[in-house]
Amino acid sequence: MGVILAMAAACAVILVVDLVRDRAAQDSHFISLAVLELGVLVQLVAGCVALARTDRDIEGAVFVSYLVTVVLAPVVAALLALSERSRVGTTILLLAVATVAGLELRLWEVWRA
Amino acid sequence: MPEPHVLSEGWGRALVFAYGLFAVAATGRSAVQLGMEPGKAPLAYSLSLVAAILYLVATTCLLLGGHAGWRVAAIAVSIELLGVLSVGALSYLATDLFPDKTVWSHFGQGYGYVPLVLPVVGLLWLRHRSP
Repeated sequence: MGVILAMAAACAVILVVDLVRDRAAQDSHFISLAVLELGVLVQLVAGCVALARTDRDIEGAVFVSYLVTVVLAPVVAALLALSERSRVGTTILLLAVATVAGLELRLWEVWRA
Repeated sequence: MPEPHVLSEGWGRALVFAYGLFAVAATGRSAVQLGMEPGKAPLAYSLSLVAAILYLVATTCLLLGGHAGWRVAAIAVSIELLGVLSVGALSYLATDLFPDKTVWSHFGQGYGYVPLVLPVVGLLWLRHRSP
């Protein structure tokens, strides 16, 4: 999860820099988001496996729903951003990255509970 | 210049994303809360459900646009603002009312205060695009 957070932070930096430079959503953004998406997909699988193996009392439904949401958010944001190639698109991607970061923190809380 | 009653283009699209996200988050939260132990904090859980419905209505109306969409969205977002302000205040003043949290508890602290900002941005956007 720390890895995903670092990736989200890297994406956020790229997006904020380009937002300040008044750049529209572009290929470099979509590529960095795709890398992030790959990370959360791996996390979805690894998270489900870890949940199945552990004996600890974890709120499984909540945990899995967070894992799935974190996978869906960047995809939906990318689709919306594609139809809005302006600063707005970049902002939407940034919102998605912030969402991923926030959900990672919640996932961590749920996992350690 | 876009049509005044189109609510889901330009910055509206970012708003649709944010509202959609909160619709999902609040629906999920209330489903878990009401599904697992509905008796624990009935008031808080009902409010979670109300919040979920408001976010869903607002998202839908933003997407639909039009005069009716604008009006319903304005009502939903106004109730949302009242809700987050009153629940936020009550969760500090009358803690025994809320044994468990809602999306709006402590002015949306658990969600990075976004629930507090969202209705304000929503109302500004609706005013900007008023028919």
